Amino acid sequence: MYFDGFQSFLDMGGYGLYVWLSFGVSFLSLAWLWLDSFFSKKALFKNVHAEQARLARIKVASENSENNGVQV
Amino acid sequence: MWKWLHPYAKTERTYQLCQLLLPWFSVFGLFIIILATVWGLAFAPTDYQQSDAYRIIYVHVPTAVLSKSLYIAMAVAAFVGLVWQVKTSFMAMMAFAPVGATVTFVSLVTGAAWGKPMWGTWWEWDARLTSQLILLFLFLGVISLYKAFDDKQQAGKAAGVMAVVGIINLPIIHYSVEWWNTLHQGATIMKLDKPSMPPEMLWPLLLSILGWILVCGAISMLRLQNEILQRDLKRPWVVKLALNEHVWGDKK
Repeated sequence: MYFDGFQSFLDMGGYGLYVWLSFGVSFLSLAWLWLDSFFSKKALFKNVHAEQARLARIKVASENSENNGVQV
Repeated sequence: MWKWLHPYAKTERTYQLCQLLLPWFSVFGLFIIILATVWGLAFAPTDYQQSDAYRIIYVHVPTAVLSKSLYIAMAVAAFVGLVWQVKTSFMAMMAFAPVGATVTFVSLVTGAAWGKPMWGTWWEWDARLTSQLILLFLFLGVISLYKAFDDKQQAGKAAGVMAVVGIINLPIIHYSVEWWNTLHQGATIMKLDKPSMPPEMLWPLLLSILGWILVCGAISMLRLQNEILQRDLKRPWVVKLALNEHVWGDKK
């Protein structure tokens, strides 16, 4: 490691604020974008599941009503 | 000659290609970006003039390089979509745009955080900084224009024209440091001469550029998959795919 200790690593030669601000913003933005993309994909699959479940319910309902002789 | 490209106009093939490449880009990208960041922050030597403030270079340069590359990728996708009417192209354009906007934003913020201690100001309306800000507005413009149309074919065309026209900004950004008198320094690595940086500082920089490229590639592919899924939500192949996928909070 280039620095003497953890304190001097955090201090960054007196420029700690600017260095850690830069790295913080960079990796938070990147992580946010990555997680957003990942969870959007999950949400899309969940939509398909919900839609399939809805279609299945409609099918069951229409079969039941046919048995009772009721128009849907 | 371009025949091998044709199957990828089919959304399903493109989705599968992304699915194949995604784990590689994600794992290697994440590994390299962490390695390069730790190296750059803790192990690279300090700069005799700028002290440790120069370490901002390890996030500033990769994002600045990528902001331009992603714009080119987005504009090429838009051009292919406009000329050959390939709808997957417009989806690719919309996959690149948010990634490009994010890295452009990061390059501006890290540039400001570097400018404050070195130039004494967070922001200056000079050529390099202003043209980079315009790049961010172009990305945001493409995204909002696309979202303004309900018909996604129309949306793709409108946003595509904007993306293609906006490419004029790229040479302006690149040459701004030569054409105008600016606070921003000239090129360090992207020039014909040999890089003006010692290897023990250059290596972590090159690695971090590679890491950012891979991670942004992974995110772009993930977003392209999302665009495809969104469009094909009711098609049988998506339904089949989704039913094989475990979804949280789903009663089986």
